[in-house]
Amino acid sequence: MSALLQAAPSVLAAFLGSLVEFVEALTIVLAVGTVRGWRPALVGSLAGALVLVAIVLLLGPLLSVIPLQPLQFAIGLLLLLFGMRWLRKAILRAAGIIPLHDEAAAFAAEAAQMRAAGPIAVLRLDPLAVITTFKAVVLEGIEVAFIVIAVGAAGNTLLPASVGAAAAGILVIGLGFLINRPLARVPENALKFAVGVLISAFGCFWIGEGLGFAWPGEDLSVIAMVVCLLIAGLAAAQVAGWRRRPVAMGE
Amino acid sequence: MAQATGRNGRMMMASLKTIVKELWGLFVDDGSLALALIIWVAACGIGLPYLPIAAAAPILFLGCLAILIVNVAQTARRKRRGPTGS
Repeated sequence: MSALLQAAPSVLAAFLGSLVEFVEALTIVLAVGTVRGWRPALVGSLAGALVLVAIVLLLGPLLSVIPLQPLQFAIGLLLLLFGMRWLRKAILRAAGIIPLHDEAAAFAAEAAQMRAAGPIAVLRLDPLAVITTFKAVVLEGIEVAFIVIAVGAAGNTLLPASVGAAAAGILVIGLGFLINRPLARVPENALKFAVGVLISAFGCFWIGEGLGFAWPGEDLSVIAMVVCLLIAGLAAAQVAGWRRRPVAMGE
Repeated sequence: MAQATGRNGRMMMASLKTIVKELWGLFVDDGSLALALIIWVAACGIGLPYLPIAAAAPILFLGCLAILIVNVAQTARRKRRGPTGS
């Protein structure tokens, strides 16, 4: 029970963070598949997935070679930069200072770009479609791998974090397969806000551990940091939104 | 045939450049936020071990939080001033 409670934040952070990334990759794969054909789109996606597996298999074992404290510090710093970046953007989006990410608009833009790219190769695989989906899967997949390693490696919860990410992947791919449209109704900014809060708190915690600081309440301090970041983030979004000027889509 | 190979090569190079750029963008979106956080963490690493042990970790966290809030406020002010002010 205690192990389950310990792993829960990692699973949740990995699940929510990966969900956002899988949705973004799915939008591009759907746009490319719809306009330029499913065969090259799926070949590019599969190649991207294989490259990701190779990266994880290559880099994963290296983690066990690095001493724990420098590893905690390095992962903590990367987590803090990654989490704060997401949180900052989510606050600015919630305040209406920058426009919300629109999955349907992203799908339309990608599809228009694919249509404008010229004739589709009939006899062989369309290189544009292969490269576009390959790039999307590698880029979003690297983010997923990073989130999993970041929330799992330093706390020895790599397996539960991987399970969280895999569940997100299965959910998004399954839904995409069923409805065959981008998942535009996923509350992406709320998810990014939540993940930004969780990852920033983890980042701060591991930096402290890496530097040898003692956290009051030990692991429970992560929860206190999550609460502080959440309250401060929501308050900042409110205050920043009070005197905003209207934001046009795509600004 | 050679033309198509060249075009595919250019497309692959452009994709690799995008991948590297996006990887950098994973951690650095607003350069000043990333820089301020790195400087703060470095300052904590150097200065805080001399403080009472229970105070160091909360100071580290509160500093990061303050940097985020200041950055959001500055960005909001810049955006309110319009495109010329950014």
